[in-house]
Amino acid sequence: MTEARASSYPSNSQVTIVRVLWMLVTAILALMILFPLLWMVSIAFKTPAESFSANLIPEHPTLDNFKYVLTGVPFLRYMANSFFVSASVTVIALFFHTMAGYALARLRFPGREVIFLAIFSTFLVSLPVIIVPLFVIVRAMGMLNTYAGLIVPAIFNAFGIFLLRQYYLSLPREIEEAAIVDGAGYWRIYWSIILPLSRPIMAALAILFFLANWNAFLWPLTVASKADLWVVQVGIANFKSQYSASWNYMMAASTIVAIPTLVLFIIFQRQIMDSLKTSGLK
Amino acid sequence: MDTGMRPHQNKPDQSQADPGTPLRRKGLSAKHREWVAGYLFVLPDAIGLLIFLGLPMALSLVLALFEVNGFGGYRFVGFANFLRMGKDPLFWQAARVTALYAVLLVPLLYVCGLGLALLVQKTNRFNAVMRAMFFAPHMVSLVVVAVVWQFMVVDKIGVINKLTPLLGISGISFLGDPQFALVTVVFVSLWFLMGFYMLIFLGGLQDIPKEYYEAAKIDGASPFHCFWHITLPLLKPTSFFVLMVSMVAAVAGAQAFDIIYVMTKGGPANSTSVLIVYIYQQAFSFGAFGYAAAMSSVLVVVLMLVTAIFFVMTKGGRFNYD
Repeated sequence: MTEARASSYPSNSQVTIVRVLWMLVTAILALMILFPLLWMVSIAFKTPAESFSANLIPEHPTLDNFKYVLTGVPFLRYMANSFFVSASVTVIALFFHTMAGYALARLRFPGREVIFLAIFSTFLVSLPVIIVPLFVIVRAMGMLNTYAGLIVPAIFNAFGIFLLRQYYLSLPREIEEAAIVDGAGYWRIYWSIILPLSRPIMAALAILFFLANWNAFLWPLTVASKADLWVVQVGIANFKSQYSASWNYMMAASTIVAIPTLVLFIIFQRQIMDSLKTSGLK
Repeated sequence: MDTGMRPHQNKPDQSQADPGTPLRRKGLSAKHREWVAGYLFVLPDAIGLLIFLGLPMALSLVLALFEVNGFGGYRFVGFANFLRMGKDPLFWQAARVTALYAVLLVPLLYVCGLGLALLVQKTNRFNAVMRAMFFAPHMVSLVVVAVVWQFMVVDKIGVINKLTPLLGISGISFLGDPQFALVTVVFVSLWFLMGFYMLIFLGGLQDIPKEYYEAAKIDGASPFHCFWHITLPLLKPTSFFVLMVSMVAAVAGAQAFDIIYVMTKGGPANSTSVLIVYIYQQAFSFGAFGYAAAMSSVLVVVLMLVTAIFFVMTKGGRFNYD
């Protein structure tokens, strides 16, 4: 926009044409990128006979696929498991990470830098790399096929601590001083000053943690073999191996699994994108 | 926004600066109470990280020295597992596929992420909608992504096979032919990840002062010139972050695992068998925990080195740069 106004050498109509073309290219690209998701939803509403046709809009839209998937397979149970696990991890992780972040950013104690460095050193170590020893440890703790096994190991990651610490470092020093003069203890400062101040970053992290855990597959696959404990991602992966020939069922199930996060995205689009954008670097 | 850690550290510490301040007497001096509080606040996370991240990292090195039999018994075998890696053609195949996957995916992610970001860089309502559409694939779980794409490229009847004749190509078996399977998997990974990197690039582009472009425009610089001499150089920190993170994600990320495990399980003919999938199969399909741990420990060492480079180059893990 600024270019259009600030510079005068291309004529206004030229600028408009370029801009319309630019928008057209963007829109076509966006539709191409969205196509697989549209295709998924389209087949979910198609009859078995029609599911092989190449038309995007179903000729005889039906809800039978959804009915079958929801009644024939305990997807609601899987979703409840996913919700319980994701919500627990999010709440506990936020609690622990804000505590650690506060101490690492604002309290002085010997070894603080070493502890931070140790935490940071795990920053890039991803789950697939440690899955075998982690499985051995969790098995030794008797947590295979338990909710604890699904939840507890997922709580701890350097990323959240790191971001919170960065955020707390940026708060002005003065905010605690009045409380210290009043004789408040560190817990009071954390609970009634630091936590309320961290609402925006906590909201962002809550969304990130919840989504990451809702979409997690590898750890739940490894730690819980009992079908009662399957989360929705494991449920759909197993559904796939059973129904790989029935596209319409598969796509209905996929749609059901994708809907919660897509709806969350449509509602919290701005917050999600902003939190991810800043989480990358700052 | 200054988030560096040094300024606070160097600030005169009140408790040390004026020792005369009246403090509650509780047996501990104010300084020591701050110490205790600090340790207690860090404790839950420290214990958790130690048990569920630190211990596994160390344990993979120990497990690597053992062979695990079918009954869960451990037998010390020294470096036999590491020697086995050297002689295992499938390990080398997995290493090659991992390298190929990363070498294909990382530059594509860079170009596409930056390209999308430039396309919707200006803040307006249309671009906001477009950004959301570009990012939408990232909101779907990888299992669903893998399932949907698998059905889209299924032999003969998949919708992609119905569309490719328009481009003059037909009859490609995207996942059945070892020649195409890896490229297909890279493509799906790209589709899933590029929206995320677009966001990171948008963040980086925002930080470039508008005045530079205005000055260049007055000097009559072309858009290409602006991109080459202003955008790219000033985007260096973002580029560094993107290349580093995407490289690590490609080699060891759960995303690569999910997509490949669900779409191909490493096949056909091991053409998509990346290390993390091969490690998983050795451990959980064949029970070769020791051998799997040996391969994991190699990855752990590599990742630690990368993290160290990361730490040094970002001056202590601060991703904001002056």
